[in-house]
Amino acid sequence: MSVAVLIEHREGHVSRPSLEALTLARTLGEPVAVWLGDAPTADAVAQLGEYGATEVRVAAVGADARLPAKAAAAVAAATEDATVVVVISTFANKEIVTRLAVLTGAGVVVDAAGAELVEGKVETTQTVFAATWNVRTRIDAERAIVGVRPNTTQASPAASPVEPNVVDIAVELPETRETVVSVEPIPQADGVALDEAPVVVSGGRGTGGDYSLIQDFAELLGGAVGASRDATDEGWISHEHMVGQTGTTVTPALYVACGISGAVHHRGGMQASGTIVAINMDPDAPIFEISDFGVVGSLFDVIPQAIERIAAHRAG
Amino acid sequence: MRILVTVKHTPDLQSNRSFTEGTVTRTAEDGSMNELDENAVEAALQLVEAAGEGEVYALTVGGPDAVAAVRKALQLGAHHAIHVSDAAIAGSDVFGTAKVIAAAVRKVHDEAPLDLVITGMAALDGLTSMLPTALAAELDWSQLTLASGLTVADGEATIVRHLPDARETVSAPLPAVVSVTDEANKPRYPNFKLIMAARKAEVATWSLADLGVDASAVGAGAARTTVVDASERPPRENRVKITDTGEGGNALADFLIEKGLA
Ligand SMILES: Cc1cc2nc3c(=O)[nH]c(=O)nc-3n(C[C@H](O)[C@H](O)[C@H](O)COP(=O)(O)OP(=O)(O)OC[C@H]3O[C@@H](n4cnc5c(N)ncnc54)[C@H](O)[C@@H]3O)c2cc1C
Ligand SMILES: Nc1ncnc2c1ncn2[C@@H]1O[C@H](COP(=O)(O)O)[C@@H](O)[C@H]1O
Repeated sequence: MSVAVLIEHREGHVSRPSLEALTLARTLGEPVAVWLGDAPTADAVAQLGEYGATEVRVAAVGADARLPAKAAAAVAAATEDATVVVVISTFANKEIVTRLAVLTGAGVVVDAAGAELVEGKVETTQTVFAATWNVRTRIDAERAIVGVRPNTTQASPAASPVEPNVVDIAVELPETRETVVSVEPIPQADGVALDEAPVVVSGGRGTGGDYSLIQDFAELLGGAVGASRDATDEGWISHEHMVGQTGTTVTPALYVACGISGAVHHRGGMQASGTIVAINMDPDAPIFEISDFGVVGSLFDVIPQAIERIAAHRAG
Repeated sequence: MRILVTVKHTPDLQSNRSFTEGTVTRTAEDGSMNELDENAVEAALQLVEAAGEGEVYALTVGGPDAVAAVRKALQLGAHHAIHVSDAAIAGSDVFGTAKVIAAAVRKVHDEAPLDLVITGMAALDGLTSMLPTALAAELDWSQLTLASGLTVADGEATIVRHLPDARETVSAPLPAVVSVTDEANKPRYPNFKLIMAARKAEVATWSLADLGVDASAVGAGAARTTVVDASERPPRENRVKITDTGEGGNALADFLIEKGLA
């Protein structure tokens, strides 16, 4: 069974979730990588092969592919023989796969935490209702599309690397009514992207707008900085850092909520995290209902002390 | 300006949400209009108010209790309410739902042309955000999704959308399907007069036959996916909560070190 994986890449580098998706794809069949944009470098191709891609299919679409209908046409052309298509469950990809499913009749599950073959059909797992329920879904259609969340599969190289063939896919992009008038790239924060980070340290209104401790703690733990909606609304930190149901959904191994009350909107975006730590002055803050380790106290006292202790521990 | 807003009946965020036989449990008591659809209603009302003329239709597809969603839209100021309800719709996937909504949109559009369909960015039960795209494809109208800003002028709609890597401005001719995020606006509160009026307002109730939709094209039978199992996640175990009396940071550090997380 051929399983196509839509690769996310930035400045030529393959994103870590794409390697996770290839790892998952190997359990479903023989993975092929689909690459939209300028041809991948030899390094990128080698890396895709290391994670089991037998082929890298390149559709050299340009900025036009920002429109979901165009991107879907490119993916469709590159995945004609695939019974399963795996993508990373981002907002943009959800739109692309919806269009793809309209074109191909495929059944779709997005935000999946895993997928497996059961009696020849793809079954997925996902969490819903702010991660309070587990749901298992069977894709009945002949073709399946699965959008997987980052950090839900541990990326691991194939037992033996392959040297993928690089194949150019010719695509005729459909006319669309929509026109992209302008694209203003958002400079990426240094370090790991929020949705891919194994550790997220988030600050809310309780920071009072000072993110330096949050940044230090995140850096020490090798993580990304997150925020609550109130903090981004205040303009203390940019929108891209917002965690929650309408911001970024994160599922890191460790989530540290500092000065965040734990409103249901926020919880919806982080409750499926591995270990949850909360630091909050208010003993009744709802975030403590879902934290594995909670400290009732001021983040301005707790974080510096924790940083010092961890640094001392590492120094031996 | 004629705008149709789609509103979904979803369980309340604060309630105990659950599954019954593979679908989301929706009751009249603990469910209402999907919170994110308030932004869609608000966007429509603002456009009509700015234009100084026009009408807003609120449309929901769902079982008998779903009428609560369009009543809420009326309370906020929508002028007309439509409830599409038919036993055959139960268990539809996003593509079935899009077919039904598209048919209802066409019915309204045929009476007098619509300029826009505005949807919420996601329904807070499934959070899939797929319906707006499926609807635009089904209608073959312009797709302008995840708008945090929306302007309409000279037969064209223009949106701004924030994606993790870029801020895009996209425009397209009307009619268009627009989904708005919760950053697009601040939804208003219903006023007393509208609440009273919404109680008595007439809600058009349409069946699949009224829409000319073949029952075999929608519902559980036509769905491409089936929920085979749903279970409540067990609560987290061995949870610890301490109060900082000078050693809180050290205790936290020890916890992280012991867990291999630091
Ligand atoms: C439609 C909709 C969608 C939304 N989507 C999102 C979303 O995606 N993400 C999101 O985050 N929110 C979202 N919200 C907002 C959400 O409801 C909350 O308002 C928000 O999450 C609260 O942010 P907060 O926890 O930072 O602030 P608050 O609720 O004000 O909490 C601040 C906390 O900091 C604590 N504190 C104060 N000082 C200190 C200190 N020195 N040390 C430690 N603790 C301290 C306080 O005890 C308090 O618990 C949404 C709201 C709506 C209506
Ligand atoms: N059954 C429904 N009735 C009316 N509107 C709906 C329905 N399902 C989805 N929508 C609309 O589509 C948006 C996105 O929903 P979803 O794609 O399910 O996350 C919602 O915010 C609603 O505006």
